[in-house]
Amino acid sequence: MDGNSRVGETPPGPHSARNYVWPEDDALIPDWIYTDQEIYKREIERIFLGRHWNFVGLDCELPQPGDYIRSFVGPFPVVVARDPDGEVHVFENRCAHRGAEFCREYRGKADSFICPYHNWTYNLEGDLTAVPFRRGIKGKGGVPKDFDMSRHGLRKYRVAQRGGVIFATARDETEPLENYLGPDVVAEFDATFDGDMKLLGVHRNVIPGNWKLYQENLKDPYHATLLHTYLTTFGLFVSTNESRIMVDPLGRHAGLLSRRSDGRPDVSEEDRSNMQAFKATMELNDPRVLDFVREHDSKWSGAAMTIFPTLTALRQTNILNTRLLVPRGPNEFMMIWAVFGRVDDDDEMVRHRLRQNNIFGPSGFLGIEDNEALKFVQDGLLKARPADGLAVLGEDDEPEDTIITERAIRGMYRYYREVMGL
Amino acid sequence: MSIATTVTAKPGNTASSAALREARLEIEEFNYAYAETLDRFDADGWAEYFTDDALYHVVARDNYESGLPLGLIYCEGKAMMKDRAYALLNTEMYAPRYLHLSITNTRALSIDGPLIRATANYTLIETLVDEASRLQQVGKYDDVFERVDGRLLLKQRRCIYDSVTINNCLVFPV
Repeated sequence: MDGNSRVGETPPGPHSARNYVWPEDDALIPDWIYTDQEIYKREIERIFLGRHWNFVGLDCELPQPGDYIRSFVGPFPVVVARDPDGEVHVFENRCAHRGAEFCREYRGKADSFICPYHNWTYNLEGDLTAVPFRRGIKGKGGVPKDFDMSRHGLRKYRVAQRGGVIFATARDETEPLENYLGPDVVAEFDATFDGDMKLLGVHRNVIPGNWKLYQENLKDPYHATLLHTYLTTFGLFVSTNESRIMVDPLGRHAGLLSRRSDGRPDVSEEDRSNMQAFKATMELNDPRVLDFVREHDSKWSGAAMTIFPTLTALRQTNILNTRLLVPRGPNEFMMIWAVFGRVDDDDEMVRHRLRQNNIFGPSGFLGIEDNEALKFVQDGLLKARPADGLAVLGEDDEPEDTIITERAIRGMYRYYREVMGL
Repeated sequence: MSIATTVTAKPGNTASSAALREARLEIEEFNYAYAETLDRFDADGWAEYFTDDALYHVVARDNYESGLPLGLIYCEGKAMMKDRAYALLNTEMYAPRYLHLSITNTRALSIDGPLIRATANYTLIETLVDEASRLQQVGKYDDVFERVDGRLLLKQRRCIYDSVTINNCLVFPV
């Protein structure tokens, strides 16, 4: 994996000689937003460190006081820790002294963080609590007399939580989380995140592509009906389902909502001929994988939500997960999948979720296809002669049950252009 | 968190060192054939190395050591393995590749009637078109073999992988 080494190494040529003029037709997406180092730097400043709520983790990943996880705000490593009073804090994983990334474990339990280099010590709120040899030895050396410990803690992010989901922002003026999400997103968000979650495990993978491609992927119902046999053949997301493509008023968040009908979908001959992935005669040897145990009030059996900038949240049948996108330069991002169930799941329900999770994840029936497709796209954007991509399907004022559409992708880029000044 | 299908042969060696050595040779032959089957993309053939009730579980080492049961792949029974084989060979979209699975450091740990507990290290190297070969996964098998009609089959293969952060995706089983 060479994501970090690529930073600053974008070769000179057409990709870096641009003056960043977006095409007039907003159904066109210039390829430099996926590959250009200057654009990436601007994204860091205006998006990840801007007035946005960045998803950093779930309560159930750090259920007890003293529990912590490594996480990220945009590309920046952070620690998410729960203090003795149960409060959650998000601070930089970078020692205030010499910059060491001091927390090296995926998860753990601690009463303080001690940087191993010079033993500067921080509490679970990120405050600096001890500096060894602060007064020097025999009156010689040590930190300056006016060194203010309270001003040299770890840089902190402001935290907001809802339903067991933890967000962080670098800015004081970021609007309240509920406003940020908006009422439509909040309704589906609450059906997925009820606060009583239990962690089943975490997947991690690195995709050689730009982080925005993943947001696009989950705002793109068009591909879902074409690429994924499991969605179409077994009726998880298919043209015959009742569906709604929900986009928030600013265009930055979206939800692909779908309601499974009972049994196999009744897809017309004409639609079938368009859907290579639809396999009318495919039968499973173990159909338990598709069982649906009803467990929430939402009418939608599937809700794929994209919360700008780096969260995607999935509820599909009994699969529940969050995916955190961690950009590592313009051409690569890491994904951290937190897969969860409910606190009151019995052993059989846990096993049911484990079986069903074969559909998603970096070795899942959908996961393989999406990850491969995104690599294909980035390869094309990086290697081919520059051109604009097309997001032309559907209309911006179409009925919300239109699924052969790229309306939600266009919505995200309208917002993106405004924030980025493009 | 418990996974009811986990099989544990009794701890402690009930077999002589000669019997364990003999079991190791037999398991090595088994593992070589298993690797060759996957290297030629024979996913249907792969499922036939397992008993009907077998557990096949590919699990990240950090999850395993934290008691988190999520599998990268989690098959309870051969039927689920056959469904994965069918998808890989008939419906899944992925780039063409060459696979190179090596299984080493095989050890038979204990023998309990028809069950043999064993372990081995594995390494999967993948090669994609126009790209250098790369290490896709390295891990350790936690195996339970069962002798059925004289032939060894896997009753459990838990693949605990060190390469926690996966390159893109794992397409074929290990």
